[in-house]
Amino acid sequence: MSTTAELLKGAAELFPDEVVTTAHVRHFDLPLGAGRFALITLDNGHDHKKPTTFGPQSLANLDAAIDQVEKEAADGDIVGVGITGKPFIFAVGADLKGVELLKRHEDALAIGKGGHEVFKRLSKLAVPTFAYYNGAAMGGGVEVGLHCTYRTVSAAVPAFSLPEVFLGLVPGWGGCTLLPNLIGADKAVSVIIENSLNQNRQLKGKQVYELGIADAIFEGADFLEQSLTWTAAVLKGEIVVDRPVIDRGEAWDQAVAKGRFIADGKVHGAAPAAYRALDIIAAAKNGDLQQGYDAEDQALADLIMSGELRAGLYAFNLVQKRGKRPAGAPDKSLARPVTKVGVVGAGLMASQLALLFLRRLEVPVVLTDIDQERVDKGVGYVHAEIDKLLGKGRINQDKANRLKALVSGVLDKAEGFADADFVIEAVFEEIGVKQQVFAEVEAVAPAHAILATNTSSLSVTEMASKLKHPERVVGFHFFNPVAVLPLLEIVRGEKTDDASLATAFAVAKKLKKTAVLVKDAPAFVVNRILTRFMGEIQNVIDEGTPVEVAEKAVEPLGLPMSPLVLLELVGPAIGLHVSETLNKAFPDRFTVSPNLKAVVEAGKRGFYVYDSGKPELDPEVAALLKQGDTVLTEDQVRARVLDAVAQEIGLMLDEGVVAEAQDIDLCLITGAGWPFHLGGITPYLDREGVAERVNGKRFLAPGVASVPA
Amino acid sequence: MPRTVRDVVFVDGVRTPFGKAGPKGIYHETRADDLVVKAIRELLRRNPGLDPKKVDEVAIAATTQIGDQGLTIGRTAGILAGLPTSVPGYSIDRMCAGALTAVTTVAGSVAFGAYDVAIAGGVEHMGRHPMGEGVDPNPRFVSEKLVDESALFMGMTAENLHDRYPTITKRRADEYAVRSQEKAAKAYANGKIQADLVPVSVRRTNPEGGETGWGLVTADEPMRPGTTLENLANLKTPFRVHGRVTAGNAAGLNDGATASLIASEDFARANGLPVKMRLVSYAFAGVEPEVMGYGPIPATEKALAQAGLSISDIGLFEINEAFAVQVLAFLEHYGIADDDERVNQYGGAIAFGHPLASSGVRLMTQLARQFEEQPGVRYGLTTMCVGFGMGATVIWENPHFEGDK
Repeated sequence: MSTTAELLKGAAELFPDEVVTTAHVRHFDLPLGAGRFALITLDNGHDHKKPTTFGPQSLANLDAAIDQVEKEAADGDIVGVGITGKPFIFAVGADLKGVELLKRHEDALAIGKGGHEVFKRLSKLAVPTFAYYNGAAMGGGVEVGLHCTYRTVSAAVPAFSLPEVFLGLVPGWGGCTLLPNLIGADKAVSVIIENSLNQNRQLKGKQVYELGIADAIFEGADFLEQSLTWTAAVLKGEIVVDRPVIDRGEAWDQAVAKGRFIADGKVHGAAPAAYRALDIIAAAKNGDLQQGYDAEDQALADLIMSGELRAGLYAFNLVQKRGKRPAGAPDKSLARPVTKVGVVGAGLMASQLALLFLRRLEVPVVLTDIDQERVDKGVGYVHAEIDKLLGKGRINQDKANRLKALVSGVLDKAEGFADADFVIEAVFEEIGVKQQVFAEVEAVAPAHAILATNTSSLSVTEMASKLKHPERVVGFHFFNPVAVLPLLEIVRGEKTDDASLATAFAVAKKLKKTAVLVKDAPAFVVNRILTRFMGEIQNVIDEGTPVEVAEKAVEPLGLPMSPLVLLELVGPAIGLHVSETLNKAFPDRFTVSPNLKAVVEAGKRGFYVYDSGKPELDPEVAALLKQGDTVLTEDQVRARVLDAVAQEIGLMLDEGVVAEAQDIDLCLITGAGWPFHLGGITPYLDREGVAERVNGKRFLAPGVASVPA
Repeated sequence: MPRTVRDVVFVDGVRTPFGKAGPKGIYHETRADDLVVKAIRELLRRNPGLDPKKVDEVAIAATTQIGDQGLTIGRTAGILAGLPTSVPGYSIDRMCAGALTAVTTVAGSVAFGAYDVAIAGGVEHMGRHPMGEGVDPNPRFVSEKLVDESALFMGMTAENLHDRYPTITKRRADEYAVRSQEKAAKAYANGKIQADLVPVSVRRTNPEGGETGWGLVTADEPMRPGTTLENLANLKTPFRVHGRVTAGNAAGLNDGATASLIASEDFARANGLPVKMRLVSYAFAGVEPEVMGYGPIPATEKALAQAGLSISDIGLFEINEAFAVQVLAFLEHYGIADDDERVNQYGGAIAFGHPLASSGVRLMTQLARQFEEQPGVRYGLTTMCVGFGMGATVIWENPHFEGDK
C-alpha cells in the first residue's frame, strides 16, 4: 500500500459517515479519430441537491481511478484523461463535516497531504489531462481541475469559487500555488481573497473563462460533447492553447499587497486565513510548486486546528441550516395564507417594508398614513425603487407594471385593510401611539389578520394588551438597511398564538429573511447586545479613556466597523433612545452616556469628520466631551467590554430570550454582520476564556465551535 | 393575390448515433428531448451562415408524444437548443414517417411562402417509450373488423406481406439483411456515415450496461458487421410459428434523433447555405393496415405520377428497412433486383436501427451524400412504410446533376 493510501485510510477511519464520492472510469473513442480516451466521473450517487465532495474515502477512490488510467497512459492504451462531474455539479471541495471531527494537527496535515498527493498525479500522467467544469465547482473541486493540463467550463456553471478564506481556511490542495501560476497573482488574489471576503462571491462560467482559469467555454446544452470534440482537436494539434504570459515581476508583489489591503479592510488582521493564503501566493512567485504545496499543507493543518476555523464552520452551518429552519418555530402547516399586506405609516422605513413585501410576496400592498401627502410620498418612493430595478435590468417591464399595480396608498384604514391578512406598523416608537394604531387596525381588519410591529425596543405584549385579540400580534423586527441585512427577529408576545407565529415565520421565509424566534424582552437580541457593547465603550470614554484607545481596543475582534462608526451609521439619537429604554429596564447594567446625550443635543450626527479621507474626531464633538481621569489601556478596555457582553448574553440565555447561544450568534452574524471567525461571538468568548471568567461556564460545549476534546 | 410556388431544398441533415432500446442501451439514461436538441444544435453549428432568428419553424416528430417526447416537443426543443424564443415550433406524428412528414409539411409551407427556412426532424426513444405505450385502440376496430387484429403488431404485418409475396422467402430476406450489414460496415469504413453524426454524451449509473460514468457516443450501437446467413438462419420467428420475420431481418427497437434544414432555394442561396437536394414531389398513401409494409408502393406511384416521372428515372433509392420483406416487396413490384446497387447504398435500418419517428431524415441525409458523390444521377427517392397501413415517398432532384453524359 502506498503512503497516500495509508494516509487516506487513516483519515477515513476518523470519518465513518462520509458521503463517499466514486470516481467512475469510462473509456470511449474521441471524435475526429483522435484516439481512445478515459473519462473520470466524480459522482456521490445522489442528485444535485447533495453535491459531490471529497472526504478521505472519496480521495482514495480518485487515487484508485488514477492508478488505472496512469497504467493505461503508460501502456499507450489511451491518448488522454478527462475528469468531470455528475449532472449540475462538478465537485464542491472537501467534506467539511470531516474537517470538524479532526482533533489532532497530524490528522489535519494528512488531509492536506492526501489531497495533494492524489491531485498532483493528474499533472504527471504520460498523457495530457483535461478537467471539464460542467457544474458547480468549489474549493477542492476547483483545485482538482487546476492540476490538469487543460480545462473547459460550461457557460451554465452558476457557482465557481475558492471559498476557503471565507470559512477560515486556505485553498490547500494546490489552489494558492497553482492559481497564481496559471492566471497571475492579481486575478488569483481576486478569486482567493477578494471574492471570499465579499460574502463568498461566486464566479459564473463566463468569468471563469475570462479570468483564464478555463481554456475554453461551451454552452450547457452540449457542454461535454463540445469539450470532448475540443479535446480531440487539442490532442491532434488542430487547436493550440495559448495562455498569456503572467507577470512575475513587481505586479506580483503589488497583487499580494492589494490582497493584504483587502484583508485588512475586512478582518482587520483578526482572522489568519487570508494572510496565510497571501503568504503562499507571495511565495508562489518563484514557480516552485512543491514548495507551495508544502506551505499549503502547513497552513491548512494550522488553520484546521484553529479556533477561527472551527468558529467559521459553526457560523457557516448556523447560517446555512439553523437560519433556514428556525429553532422553536411552530409547525408550518399552521400558517395562514397572506394574500394582501397593509403597512401603517408611509415614512422611509414603512416604504422600504412595503417594497420588500411587494417584491417577495407579489401580493397587493396598501400604505396608509395621516395625510395624503405622506401617502403619496410613500407610494412614490416604492414606484421610484421599482423604476430603479427596471433601469438596472433586474426586472422587466411586465414585472415593473405588475409590482406598481400592486402597491397603493389610502388615507382610510377601513378601505385599505378590510381584506388584509397581514398588517405591519412602522410608526413612531411610542407605546401609546402604537396601541392606538393597533386598535384602529383591529377595528377594520379581518379577524384572522396578523398585526405585526417593527418595534425595536417596545414591549409587544404591552402593545397587544388593549386589543380584543392580542393573540395575533407578533413582533417583526427588521434591521437597517432592510434590503441588505438578512436578520428578522420574530417576537412572541405573551398571548401570541401558534397560528399567528407560524404565519409570521412563513412570511419571513418568503421575504428570504433569516428569522430567529425571540422572547418579548427589552430590545430583543441584537440591539441589546450592541447597546451593552457600545455602553461599555461609552463608559470608558466618559470615565477618561481617550476615544482612539477605546476604538482601537476592539480592533482585534475584526468587527465590520469600529463602535463609533457604527453609532454614526445607526444615528446617535437612535442609539441614545435605545440606551434609555434599556437603562429603564436594567438600570444596573445599561447606562445613558451624558456625553452621547450632549452630542445628540448638539445635533451632531456622528463623532468623526472625514475631511482628510480618514475618520478624525470632530473638533466640535471633542469640545463637547467631558471625561473623567480614569485612563484604561486597550487590553483593559477590551476585557471590560467583552466581560459585559458575556454577562449580558449569559443573562439573556437565563431569561430565555432565545432558545440557545446559537440563536444569539445567528442574530449577530445576520443582523450586525459580526464575523464568521468569531462565530458570531459566543465561540470567541469561550475561546478567550471570557465566558468562564464571567459566567463560570462556557456557552457552547467543546467541539461545537471549537476543536473537539 | 398571385402566388408562385417556390422551389424547396434540403439544406443539410444530421442525426445522433442510434442506440439500442433497453436498460443496457447507450441512451438508457438520456432524455429523448436532449437527443433532438443535440441534433438541432449540431445542425445550426454546421450552418453558421444561418442566423437562428431567421428560422421560421421547428417541426419535430415523435410517435409517443408523452413525457420527454411530449409537451409540444418542437417548441420545447427549440428553446432548449438555444433558439430565440421568437422561433415557434410544433409536434408531428405519423409514426415511422414522422420526420419525413415534418420535412414535407414544412416544405409545403416553404413552397407556399409561409416560411423561408425551417428545422424538421424527429426523435424516438423506444427505451423510454416502448411501442404501444399508453395506446387505447377503439374497440370498434375489432368488433366491426375494421382492421385485422394483426394490424397493431408490426412484425405480424410483415409476416402478412410475406404471404402476399410468396416468392419472398425467409432466405431472400436474410440475404438482404446480410447485405445491409455489409454495406453499412463498408460505408462506415469509408467514412460516409460519421460525417453526419453528432456525438452525444451519455451517462450510465448502472454497471450492468458496462463502464459507469459519462461516456461519448460517436457510432451507431445496433450495427452487427460480419453477420452471416448462418447467424441469421436459426433466429426465432417471434411473430408467427414457422414464420419468416426475425430480429435479424428487421430493424430493432432503437433510440435516436434527427434534424434537417429545409429552405426555399432562393433563401438558401442568398444566405450561402448548401443546397444538397431539391424537392420534386411527395405523396402519402394508405393500404390495409395489416399489410402496412406494402405502403411505399402506392405512395411511390402517386409521387412519381405527380412528378411526371417513371420508376426508371430514379437513380438512387433510400428505402427504410423496417423489415427486409417490405424492401423486397417494393423491389419486386418494380422489377428491381434484390441487390440492385442503386438501392440503399450505405445499408439501412436493419444495420443502423430505426428509432421510429426520426428515421425519415436519416434516409434523406444519406441520399444527399450519395447525390453529391454521383453527379450522374438526377433523381432519387426516399420512401418508408408507416404503421396502421401507410406509405410515404419523397422524390428529390440532385442539384449536382451534370446532365446526361
